Amino acid sequence: MTVAVALRTVGHRYGGTVALDGVRLEIAAGESVAVIGPDGVGKSTLLGLIATAKKPQAGEFRVLGTDLRDRRGRARLQPRIAYMPQGLGRNLYADLSVAENLQFFGRLFGLDAARRRTRIRALLEATGLAPFPDRPAGKLSGGMKQKLGLCCALLHDPDLLILDEPTTGVDPLSRRQFWELIDRIRAGRPGMTVLVATSYMDEAERFDRVVMMNAGRLLAADTPTALKARHGAEALEDVFIALLPEAVRRGHAKLVVPPRPPEIDGAAPAIEARGLTRRFGDFTAVEDVSFRIGRGEIFGFLGSNGCGKTTTMKMLTGLLPASAGEARLFGAPVDAGDREARRRVGYMAQSFSLYGELTVNQNLALHARLFGLDAATARLGPLTERFGLAGYGDAVADRLPLGVRQRLSLAVAVLHEPELLILDEPTSGVDPVARDRFWRDLVALSRDRGVTIFVSTHFMNEAARCDRVAFMSAGRVIASGPPDALRRQQQARTLDDAFIGFMRQADKAAQDGADADSPAPATAPPLEAGPSGGPRDGGVSSRRLLAYAWRESLELRRDPVRLTVALLGTVLLMLVFGFGITMDVENLRFAVLDHDRTPESRAYVEQFEGSRSFVATPPAADSAALALRLQRAEAVLTIEIPDGFGRDLRRGGLGGSNGGGRVPELSVRVDGAMPFRAETVQGYVAGLHQRFVEDWARQAGVTLPPGVAVIETRYRYNQAFRSADAMVPANIGLLLVFIPAILAALGVVREKELGSITNLYVTPVTRLEFLLGKQLPYIALAGVNLLLMIGMAVALFGVPVKGSLAGLVLGGLVYVCATTALGLLISVFTATQTAAVFGTAITTMMPATQFSGLMQPVSTLEGPAHAIGTLFPTTYFLKLSVGAFTKGLSFTELLPFIAATAAFVPALLALGVLFLPKQER
Amino acid sequence: MGRFLRNSLTLARKEWISLLRDGFMLGFVIYSFTLSVYSQATGVSHELRNGAIAVVDEDRSPLSQRLVSSFHGPEFQIPVVLRHEQVDPGMAAARYTFVLDIPPDFQADVLAGRGPTLQVLIDATAMMQAGIGAGTIQGILDDEIGRFVRREAPESAAPVALQLRVAFNEALDTRWFTGTMSVVGNVTMLAVLLSGAALIREREHGTLEHLLVMPVRPAEIMAAKVLANGAVILALTVVALYGVLRGVLGVPLAGSVPLFLAGTAVYLFFATALGIFLGTVARSMPQLGLLFILIVLPMNMLSGGFTPLESEPDWLQTAMQLSPSTHYVAFAQAILFRGAGIAVVWPRFAATAGIGALFFLWSLARFRRHLATFR
Repeated sequence: MTVAVALRTVGHRYGGTVALDGVRLEIAAGESVAVIGPDGVGKSTLLGLIATAKKPQAGEFRVLGTDLRDRRGRARLQPRIAYMPQGLGRNLYADLSVAENLQFFGRLFGLDAARRRTRIRALLEATGLAPFPDRPAGKLSGGMKQKLGLCCALLHDPDLLILDEPTTGVDPLSRRQFWELIDRIRAGRPGMTVLVATSYMDEAERFDRVVMMNAGRLLAADTPTALKARHGAEALEDVFIALLPEAVRRGHAKLVVPPRPPEIDGAAPAIEARGLTRRFGDFTAVEDVSFRIGRGEIFGFLGSNGCGKTTTMKMLTGLLPASAGEARLFGAPVDAGDREARRRVGYMAQSFSLYGELTVNQNLALHARLFGLDAATARLGPLTERFGLAGYGDAVADRLPLGVRQRLSLAVAVLHEPELLILDEPTSGVDPVARDRFWRDLVALSRDRGVTIFVSTHFMNEAARCDRVAFMSAGRVIASGPPDALRRQQQARTLDDAFIGFMRQADKAAQDGADADSPAPATAPPLEAGPSGGPRDGGVSSRRLLAYAWRESLELRRDPVRLTVALLGTVLLMLVFGFGITMDVENLRFAVLDHDRTPESRAYVEQFEGSRSFVATPPAADSAALALRLQRAEAVLTIEIPDGFGRDLRRGGLGGSNGGGRVPELSVRVDGAMPFRAETVQGYVAGLHQRFVEDWARQAGVTLPPGVAVIETRYRYNQAFRSADAMVPANIGLLLVFIPAILAALGVVREKELGSITNLYVTPVTRLEFLLGKQLPYIALAGVNLLLMIGMAVALFGVPVKGSLAGLVLGGLVYVCATTALGLLISVFTATQTAAVFGTAITTMMPATQFSGLMQPVSTLEGPAHAIGTLFPTTYFLKLSVGAFTKGLSFTELLPFIAATAAFVPALLALGVLFLPKQER
Repeated sequence: MGRFLRNSLTLARKEWISLLRDGFMLGFVIYSFTLSVYSQATGVSHELRNGAIAVVDEDRSPLSQRLVSSFHGPEFQIPVVLRHEQVDPGMAAARYTFVLDIPPDFQADVLAGRGPTLQVLIDATAMMQAGIGAGTIQGILDDEIGRFVRREAPESAAPVALQLRVAFNEALDTRWFTGTMSVVGNVTMLAVLLSGAALIREREHGTLEHLLVMPVRPAEIMAAKVLANGAVILALTVVALYGVLRGVLGVPLAGSVPLFLAGTAVYLFFATALGIFLGTVARSMPQLGLLFILIVLPMNMLSGGFTPLESEPDWLQTAMQLSPSTHYVAFAQAILFRGAGIAVVWPRFAATAGIGALFFLWSLARFRRHLATFR
């Protein structure tokens, strides 16, 4: 017997939290093993390590004869392993169709077109997905998603199949079908080792061996029968509880639900739903649901993820209006606006939905106040006692163990002593002991205080504790009644079997194959095995690279927001920047106070009126009014002409410019609030003044002393000194770093957030292939933007390309290669999409606007600013763009800038590859 | 009304605790009103500094030497001496913004009173420096040549004297402007970001839904966000005004700071409502980021706090009057630079309040609808 997996003294920690501690595990080739335990005990870490998704920290790892710490070994190993991470369709691409997902994975594993076609057809047939090749993965039901995930995992015929909680949140029928599928695959490929994690302990019964885990340690590993025999237990869950350390188990006893006291006649039922329906667009989430829940009853609601449980509950709380039908609470119709009715209901949403950043006491006090209760007084004390929260008062909710958080949620939900509690999957992921304790609280509320409890769950053993249950499937209630009665009705051994029985009946009745999971044919032959492992090619594989490029462009095309930003965003910002970043100083309003009123003073004012830069406003009455004009920003410039201006000028002029007459003095004031503008205005004023003097001298026949030298100023490239000629080409450079970098960064970080980054970790794709593949579509998009913006510059802003257009376009393409590579590099360091957007915006905008020569030439910068400017690609593209547009440079003259920009591309990509981890930490 | 206030304040307190615990966001907000203001004020100077100048000296006379050595810091770098054929490539590569060409026999011609011509080439694509540089260079050359010929500069020769004064910022210290305007810009950006993010965070964590099953009205939830985030921004504006602008940068803050703060408070109703509006449109934080770039960035750039409003095309100026940010920038400049009082700025206050109130109500209506269609 060969060994498939051998682990010794394996440890793993996240920061200070120990996830695995001294784990030792051996799995024989061809064996099937289930790892069971509640959430957070280290199951996923263990599986992730074996699947090469996580970087090993401590211990020895041998998988299929390869040491996992050897990088080359891992690369050889990866085509032989298949890994499905936790979460429904977590490594799938929701926007891609079933067939596209399979194509993508086929290419990643290097299968050629012919082999992909035959394998995909065989797998789709075997899993019953064949009728839906074009349905987007995101629109599949949970069970179908998991089947698709399995197909993707099996495409390359792995020797080791690792499935992390593949059936969590899936309905019982699909769950059963899934395991039957696995059995068939194993029958067709007896050598394949299967390692599965699950939180449904009863599922583990069908495996060769069961490994029980708690708090990072293995509690036991043996065959299911041996385990149950050793502890004399009926179910694996009881074995698990028995194996828990004494401290955890303390106080645990089998929960017995006391019978329900008889209902008071005549009282309106707590909940009454009639024909409740909810549609989202053309999708019907809940269809014609009716039930009646009596006061004090515990009513269970069972079904898979997405079957409509949550939607139904939201309609009952008034969070969501019903599309049709009616819901009544205590005889009154549900009214979202009725705030008094909300006092009678307590609601606990799926997953923890209190303020995680607040402490336990702050959460309780907040809710008490919002219900108009006095937070400081009595009620909170006993409440924290009752729900075992006393020791946690000042603890921040996010840092509490899951079980304690659920109790806090319950405490908050009952804080205002409601008569009805609506609880949406309150115990998902909670360990069995904490779950029992939670149910003890529920039972007490119902039996001691007469609170009606409407609870949804996907645990059958919890359902068995309810007074009555309803089974829900695909938006409909398919059966309801006391658990035992339902079981008897289907003559089933367990409630699970009963549910499956009802589902089969409902399917038969509906005959509506298109929307329901079509079950795989029961007599399907064992799935034929292909040759093991995909072809292995070294170096950069263009097939894998293009697989990523193809997929990225498909996703981008189907994401309206990103696509709009990519195309329209640039156009909009080009308009804004084109009009907004202008150094032109024009339309300057000026006001005059003319004490003189002579032809000379009027001639002076006419100088300003005739200038294109200035706009006259009505003259001011007195000095105070003139000052107020400036203060009110009604004028940027005021001119005060003194009495006797004309006379003095004439006299002074007659007596020679240096003669005895008084020299008239003009007073001009400029608004200095905007210093750049004031500086320019001063220049304009000096120029106009000089012209007035010269004109006057010519008319008066006075000769001004000649200058010693003439200083001739020539504005090159942009004789009209028009801002647009300089700024519009520069804006193209700004926008081509900003938006492409953000989009490229989002492309990678999105995968991190959605979880599909796992495919980089566990498949043979290399980091360079991944990055280049992600980059290609954004280069293409940015190229389109480049052409759009050149068009806008020429047509809209009237800035012609005076130099080489070919050089500009080539340089632009090289530049967007560099800027998208920069985005990829930034994405390597960011974990969330939010950080990617803001981080990229800040790290690109700062250097691009301040240090790349947009405002001040890089040659004038000093110190770090100069260094950043020199090491940022925008610097070179700005010179290139302004050169090609305004300076009229030829292709050869542009080449040095193109070369300098091009040098950034390999450098940035190399850094990206260097820092991008090929394994999760 | 009592309950409205009580609920809003209770929720506002929750917002503060949440912000205090969110180290990243808190750090970012504080940074924006302190270090960021300082670095924006001192970073990009609109003055001429370190101008890159080169000289083609075909005269090689004592006068030409003197002219070359008359360019120095802080306005100019030490001039680089070039040959004629190096001028075009040098300017094409933007290595030199200014090139001074001294023709052969320049000194001889000056002394002979032939009034020779000196040529100054300016790269007019370096907009910020070219205009200012032209005047500065002219002045330096005039002075230096005048001194060389040992003639007193004939200042009294002008038949008209021009007394040109700059009001409100005599020294034309650009830090006053960029510093103050960066505070104003950051008020807009952070108010939108904080309130938008607060809404999206609640939605993503499911806590919004939780509030809705309690006796809390949408208006109270929105009021709490406006109040809590607005107050934080207002407090930090005080820090930025007194600590950074007046304290570190020495901006005199001409007018009444309380008046400006009152105006800011009015404006914050609009800015936070805009954040909430964007929060209802965006489905996730990254989408909020993209919307932010498409809406808030242009709003900030076109409001007159960056470049003069009057330089925009007429239709854009008219359109920007609909944005309270334009009025905010206008009254900020009026109060803080020109020392204007309420008598001057009240129309701007009124416009800010009026448009802000309309937008607030519209946002509230949208927020209500958003909550109703919430799944």
